[in-house]
Amino acid sequence: MNAALLELRGVRGGYGETDILDGIDLHVDAGEIVVIVGPNGAGKSSAMKAVFGLLTLRAGRIVFDGEDITGWAPDRIVRRGICFVPQVDNVFRDMSVHENLEMGAFLRRGDLSAAFERVYALFPDLKAKRRALAGNLSGGQRQMVAMGRALMLEPKLLLLDEPTAGLSPRYMEQIFQITRDVRDAGVAILLVEQHAKQALAFCDRGYVLTTGANRCDGTGAELLADPEVVQLFLGGQG
Amino acid sequence: MDAYEFINFHLVPGLLLGSIYAIGAIGVTLVFGILRFAHLAHGDLITLGAFLALGAVTLGGLDPWLALPVAMALAAAVAVGIDASCYAYLRERPRILTVMASLGVALMVRSVVQMGWGTDPTTYTTGILRPDEYFGFILLRDRELATFAAVIVLVAALEAFLRLTRWGRAMRAMSDNPDLARLCGVDNRQVVRLTWIIVGMLCAAAGFLLGINTEVWAMMGWWVLLPVFAAAILGGVGRIDGAVLGGLVIGLAEELSVLVLPAQYKSATAFVILLLVLLFRPRGILKGKVL
Amino acid sequence: MDAFGLANYALFILVLVGIYGLMALGLNVQWGLGGLFNAGIAGFFAIGAYASAILTSPALPGRVGGFELPVAAGWVGAMALAALLAWPIGRVCLRLRSDYLAIATIGVAEIIRLAVRSEDWLTGGVRGISGIPRPFGELPYFASQLAYLALVAAAVLLAYVLVERQLRSPWGRMMRAIRDNEAAAAAMGKHVESRRLEAFVLGSALMGLAGALFVHFNRSITPEAIDPMIVTFLVWIMLILGGSGNNRGALLGALVIWLIWSLSELLTDRLPTEIAIQAKYARMFLIGLALQLVLRFRPEGILPEERRTHGRDQDDS
Repeated sequence: MNAALLELRGVRGGYGETDILDGIDLHVDAGEIVVIVGPNGAGKSSAMKAVFGLLTLRAGRIVFDGEDITGWAPDRIVRRGICFVPQVDNVFRDMSVHENLEMGAFLRRGDLSAAFERVYALFPDLKAKRRALAGNLSGGQRQMVAMGRALMLEPKLLLLDEPTAGLSPRYMEQIFQITRDVRDAGVAILLVEQHAKQALAFCDRGYVLTTGANRCDGTGAELLADPEVVQLFLGGQG
Repeated sequence: MDAYEFINFHLVPGLLLGSIYAIGAIGVTLVFGILRFAHLAHGDLITLGAFLALGAVTLGGLDPWLALPVAMALAAAVAVGIDASCYAYLRERPRILTVMASLGVALMVRSVVQMGWGTDPTTYTTGILRPDEYFGFILLRDRELATFAAVIVLVAALEAFLRLTRWGRAMRAMSDNPDLARLCGVDNRQVVRLTWIIVGMLCAAAGFLLGINTEVWAMMGWWVLLPVFAAAILGGVGRIDGAVLGGLVIGLAEELSVLVLPAQYKSATAFVILLLVLLFRPRGILKGKVL
Repeated sequence: MDAFGLANYALFILVLVGIYGLMALGLNVQWGLGGLFNAGIAGFFAIGAYASAILTSPALPGRVGGFELPVAAGWVGAMALAALLAWPIGRVCLRLRSDYLAIATIGVAEIIRLAVRSEDWLTGGVRGISGIPRPFGELPYFASQLAYLALVAAAVLLAYVLVERQLRSPWGRMMRAIRDNEAAAAAMGKHVESRRLEAFVLGSALMGLAGALFVHFNRSITPEAIDPMIVTFLVWIMLILGGSGNNRGALLGALVIWLIWSLSELLTDRLPTEIAIQAKYARMFLIGLALQLVLRFRPEGILPEERRTHGRDQDDS
C-alpha cells in the first residue's frame, strides 16, 4: 500500500463564478519533484493554489498525508506541513534576509536555530548576506530567500509557483539545483513551470495540463520523449 | 540676532515641538503602513489623550507625569474600541470610505471632549516655571527636558519592540507585504488590534506632551493634524525613522518661519512643505510608500 | 411663533437648503462622480463668499474694496476664484491617492480660515465685511425673502441641470469609469488626471457660488459665520445620506439634514444656557454618528446612484 503524500482527485473549481480547473487528478509522493507544465491559461497555477486553499472548489478531494484537507484555510494548511512560495511579491523587501526567515518560522515557538542551520546550509549565499535587505538582492537571491522562508517551518511538501520566472539561465539552473537539494533534504516538491523543457529535464515526474484538465503525465524523461508533448508546446518554449 | 537668541527662541522650541510632532507622525505612519489609510481622527485622538491625562490629574489627584501612563492605557482602549465600531466593517470596501469614517470619528471625539470639558483652554499645573540654564547658554525648563527624555524613551521602546519581538516583526511584515504575512500565518486582526493599542498610546503621549508644554484645549489636536501628516509624508510614509525626521523638520520649520512670516501663519508652513513634498517627492525624504 | 413668523422662518430655512444644496451638488461632482475626497469644502465656500463680498461692497478705509461691482459680477468672481484655488491643489494632489487630497483640502480650509482672520486689509479681519448689497433687498421683508429664495432656487436649478447633463454625458460616463476602475480607464488611454481636475474645479466653483449666495443673503460676512467643521461635515452627511452619485439625492440630503439641524437648534436654544452649549456639541456628535450609521447600514443613501451600482443589480443574473 503506497499512499501518496499529496493527492488531488477530480478537482474542479476556480475563482468566483467560473471554473478554471475541470476535474484534475494528480499526486505527489514523498521525496519526489513533480512538475506541472502546460500552455498559458491551462490552469497550472490554479492547480497549485487549489492545494493551498486559495481556490474555490466545487468538486473533488484533496488528501495530504492521509488527511482530507479539502476546503481548509491556508493558515491551517501551513500548520499541517505544506508551504507555498508565490510567484511575485514573495519576500519582505524592507526586512533583512534573516528577518524574512524569522517570519517564515512565525508559527513556531521555541528554538529555531536548527531550522536556520538547515536553510543556511541549503543556501550558503544567503548566510553571507543575512543582514541585507531582501529588496536589495538580485532576482535569483530573492527567490532563494522566498524558498528559504517557506522552508523554515520544515514542511513535508513545498509548492513553488514558477520559481524561475524572469530569471537568467544561470540563476534558473541554480534554482533547479537548489530544488533538487531541497528534495534530497527530504521535502517533496510540487512546482509549476513555464520553462517546460528544463523543468521536465530535472523533475521526477510531470503533469501536462491543458484548459484545466489532465492531458498526460509520466516521468520527466517519458514526457520529453513524447512527440505529442513536444509538438504541443515544447517547440515554442525556451 | 545672535546665537543665544537663535538657540533658545527658535532652535530649542523647534526641536521641542518637532519631537512632539514626531510622536504624532509615528502614529499616523503606522496607520498608513499597516491599515493603509489616512487617519483623519488622529488629531482629535491626541486631544482626547491630553484630556484623559487631565482627568487623571483632576479626578485622581495624580502628578501630571504619573497621569501619562494612565492616559496612554485608556487611549489605547479607546482606539481599539473606535476601530472595532467604526472602521472594522469597512475593511473590505474601498479605503477612502474608512478615511471618511475617520473624519466623522474626529468630529465625534472632539464633541465628547467639548461636552465633557468645555472649550476653555486649561493646563495641567498652574504657575510660571522659570527655565534653568544649561552649559551656560541653553535655557530649558524641567518639563522641556522631561519631554525630550520621554520622546527618546518612547521612540527607543517602539523601535526595540518592532525589531526584537515576534509581534513587532509581524507588524513590520504586515506593513511590508500583507499577503505574504498572512501566508506566514500572521493573524491580521491581532496585528490591527496591536497597531491601535500602540497608536492610542502614542496619541496620548503626544497630547500630554503638547498640553504640558503649551495648554490643553479642545481644538489642540485638530490644529496639529496638518503638521503631523506633513511630517509623516515628508519623512516617508510607513517609516518610523521618516516620521521622526519629518517631525523634527516640520517643528523647526514652524519655529523658524516666524523669521520670515507673520506669526499667525506658523501652521501654514506645514501646509506649504506638504504641497512641495507632494509635488516634487511624494515618497518623502527616506522613500516610504506612496500608498 | 405666529403664522407670519413661521412663514418667514420657513423661507429662511429654504434659502439655506438651497445654498447647501448647491454645495452638495458640487460635492456630488467631486465625490459622487469623480471619487475625490474634498475635506475642505468650507474653504471654497469661504473664498467664494469673501470674493463676492470684496467685489461688491462699498469702500472702507484700510480695506481693499470699493469696487461696488454688480452682484452678478460678484457671483462670477466667486466661482472664478474658487475654481482658481482648486486648480493648483488638484494639479498637485490628484495624481496621488485620494487620502492625500483629503489632507491637502483640510490644509486649504485651515489656511483660508487663518488668512480671513489675519488679513484685515483684505477681509476686514475679525470685523468682517458688511454692507454687502442684496438683490431685491429694497422690497418689504417678506417679499425680499421670497425674491431671494427665487434667486437661489434658480441658481440651484441651473446647477442641477448643468450637473445632471454632465452626469449623463460621455464625460460623465468616463468619470464613472475612471472612478470605478482607474487602472482599466488609464489603460484605455483616458486622461485620468485631466478629467479628475475638471470634476474638482467644477465642484469647487459651485461651492464658491454657494458662498456668494450666502454672503449676499446675510448682507455681511464675518469669520465666525462659517464654522469650517460644521459646514464641511454637514455637506458630506447631506450627500452620503441623500445618495452620492445622484443629484436629486444631493438636494434631498440637503433638505433633510438642514431641517434636522435647524429644528434641533430651535429645540436646544430653548434650554438653559449651560445645557444649550452642551447641546450644541451633542448635535455635532450626533451628526458624526449619523455618518457612521449611514455608511454602515445604507451607504448608497436614500436615493442611490442611478446607473449600474458597484456590485450587482438586484434582479436575476
